[in-house]
Amino acid sequence: MEKMIAQKNILVNEEGYLTNFAQWDKAVGEEIAKENNISLTPKHWEVINYIQDEFKKDSPLSIRKIGKSGVVDIKEFYALFPVGPLKTATKIAGVPKPASCI
Amino acid sequence: MMIILSKASLENVYAAFVLANGARMEGIEAEMFFTFFGLEALHNKKLEHLHVATVGNPAMHLPTLIGGLPGMEALATTMMKKEMEKLDMPGVREFLDILKASGVRLWACKLAMEMFHYTKEDMYEDLDGVLTVGDFYKQGSGIGTHMLFI
Repeated sequence: MEKMIAQKNILVNEEGYLTNFAQWDKAVGEEIAKENNISLTPKHWEVINYIQDEFKKDSPLSIRKIGKSGVVDIKEFYALFPVGPLKTATKIAGVPKPASCI
Repeated sequence: MMIILSKASLENVYAAFVLANGARMEGIEAEMFFTFFGLEALHNKKLEHLHVATVGNPAMHLPTLIGGLPGMEALATTMMKKEMEKLDMPGVREFLDILKASGVRLWACKLAMEMFHYTKEDMYEDLDGVLTVGDFYKQGSGIGTHMLFI
């Protein structure tokens, strides 16, 4: 389905995740962050960039992997994205929700 | 989510850890209460030497007599750990670190601690405390709290 995000029609699934990463830009990320009550700091952007790089490499994400990324540790990750960090961060980054249990 | 772990065979410990971590990943509060043999998963000298149970577990599809042979538990454990590593599952100590960093609170059962003659110094450093069952119920008295017994 289509959703108006940052004055653009963006394709999203029923949970609000972008289905076409090419439609993502920073304004889209910022608006999704706002919907999730997060105001993005440079540290948030570092994490989002990391997540997008991993997505482009087709490499699956998990909490453990984020902790070993060298970008943030797990405690910081939860502090940046307090409610469901991996779910929220991937949604802001415009990539699919990770299908991971860990 | 309040998760009570009463056993320390590797499959039970991982089930409890995955559930607690999964709750936090969904934005749900999670606490764990370790009682009876579940305490082994917190005991510094034992937590890295937990085994899969090969006897009394029909789902292993291994005759009980063979499951009881020396080395069978170690073999099954090595195989399971290998599979888990492929799935990017952390070891027990690293998993405890991840749970703590994710905001899971870890409690040890006072009665079981006394029964096994364990002290807080024997246990994982980031343990939040030693509680009576009453204290644990108080922890979990919020509306909408779920309790799981493993």
